Amino acid sequence: MDTGHPEKPPSPLQLTGFAALHLLMFPLVLVTVVFVVVGGVLTVVTVGIPIMLAALPALHWITDQHRQMAARTLGYAVPANRLPTDGAPLMKRLQIWATDPMTWRELTWALVIVPIGFVLSLLTVLLLLIVVTGAFWWYGAPHIMRLRTSLDRVLLSQGHTEKLERRVASLTESRAATVDHSAAELRRIERDLHDGAQARLVALGMTLGLAEDLFARDPEAAHKLVTEARDTTGAALGDLRSVVRGIHPPVLADRGLSGAVEALALDMAVPVRVQNGLSGRPPAPVESAVYFAVAECLANIGKHAGAANGWVELAWAEGTLSTTVGDDGRGGADPNRGTGMRGVMRRLAAFDGTMRVSSPADGPTLITLEVPCVLSSPKTMPSSGTA
Amino acid sequence: MRLVVAEDNALLRDGLIRLLEANGCTIVAAVDNATTLATALRDNDAEGAVLDVRMPPTFTDEGLKAAVAVRAERPGFPVMVLSQYVEQLYARELLASGQGAIGYLLKDRVANVGEFVDGVRRVVAGGTVIDPEVIATIMAKREEPVDRLTAREQEVLALMAEGRSNQAIASALFVSEKAVAKHTNSIFAKLDLPVAEDDNRRVRAVLAWLRV
Repeated sequence: MDTGHPEKPPSPLQLTGFAALHLLMFPLVLVTVVFVVVGGVLTVVTVGIPIMLAALPALHWITDQHRQMAARTLGYAVPANRLPTDGAPLMKRLQIWATDPMTWRELTWALVIVPIGFVLSLLTVLLLLIVVTGAFWWYGAPHIMRLRTSLDRVLLSQGHTEKLERRVASLTESRAATVDHSAAELRRIERDLHDGAQARLVALGMTLGLAEDLFARDPEAAHKLVTEARDTTGAALGDLRSVVRGIHPPVLADRGLSGAVEALALDMAVPVRVQNGLSGRPPAPVESAVYFAVAECLANIGKHAGAANGWVELAWAEGTLSTTVGDDGRGGADPNRGTGMRGVMRRLAAFDGTMRVSSPADGPTLITLEVPCVLSSPKTMPSSGTA
Repeated sequence: MRLVVAEDNALLRDGLIRLLEANGCTIVAAVDNATTLATALRDNDAEGAVLDVRMPPTFTDEGLKAAVAVRAERPGFPVMVLSQYVEQLYARELLASGQGAIGYLLKDRVANVGEFVDGVRRVVAGGTVIDPEVIATIMAKREEPVDRLTAREQEVLALMAEGRSNQAIASALFVSEKAVAKHTNSIFAKLDLPVAEDDNRRVRAVLAWLRV
């Protein structure tokens, strides 16, 4: 059954089918609820745990069926939004289920809505069965079933407030991370300028001052100092270049994400293939976040992977920019170990972006970065810099 | 030498003109944006151009695009491209725009007037001058490059890519000019470059090395 948006609303006959299913599942709901309650009480003595491990998934299954029927009847999605338990060990899973507000909603649903709903569904089926009431059935079934499934939805899906609360919590977290990240970046830039270009310009001033003093007395030495001063300007410019690269690489401004990633790939020691499937340019902040993410991934390939080949794929579909960075190295990359990758995740989180790492022991490593964004048509972007 | 100069920063443009004129060049046109640059390159009998990469109207890479465009129209037209930063990607694009007569240098290199003017001369004469920073990134990643070359021959080739003459290479490596000539001949032989005009072979050796 499709939980999305069905193209046409179900016919009264289909709705009655749903009602019949509701009725058939009613005893199942009762048995499951009894087991959940008994199991819940018995968890104090270990025997309740296996009961819960069977009863809760059964409750999930039943409620999922009701959600799907509600979604079909109402014409919009009725998502479960349970807390994720993927990969968690059994006991941990049980703990997550116990703390998940959705589990409690489902239980309340089974106790409160199901009895009322049973009556409504029964009414729908009976209206069809009693031939005389056929007309009532034809007009009434959709209304009754909408009422029944709306009641289901109220408890089986998160309310607006709950959804908003969750969003606010995640936004607060990512905003704090972004602010921290920018502050750290600014500190780093300040330090780089202070220790690099600024220090060199001070040295330059001193060298030139010294040369000025020496001009009349010892032109030879003054000449040497001026040469030295010229070399210092070169070094200062070199420092500034590396600072600028760290803020916003010029090639990113010139050529956009694909060109800049190509430039990164060219500078790698191992051959890196770049496949660009972008027809336009993502917004500048997204471009920059993804660029630095790819730079970090490629740097890791160079440092740790021991790879013979690497590849980067850029693609955009259905409002999401997905970037895949892969290598055929030894694998075993753990994104939580390096501070670099954590920084990448924080930076992407500011745009609701995600990073997935697949890196089994013998490779290959695949890192997928996904950021929702829109693409602008290819055009030249004015900026206020001079070269 | 009759040159076109394109640079949007007035201070730097005046500095460049002064410096080139003091070294026996004639500046036939000096422009500050890509649009007038296109006309300047078309309208007069310049022997070469010195271009800044980033210029109005978009302040991205119009200098580079202009260089590639003019060389598509007039193959082998000598262009020296200057930039605040260098990218291997751009070096490849410039080198791919036709054999020889191309230069790609950091603006900082202008401070060393003698070497810079010499570089411009080499480019106008059909040579290739690539910034040492680009060469260094290529050197850092190359292990198997033209691995038939000995370490010394690779050093010589890298200096050739920077546009140095045999004499300059000899003094940089503290060897005799004769030894350098021996190395270059061995490089040409190993890269299967047929006997031709020396400048052309140098350019082709550099291109092979940069894998363009």
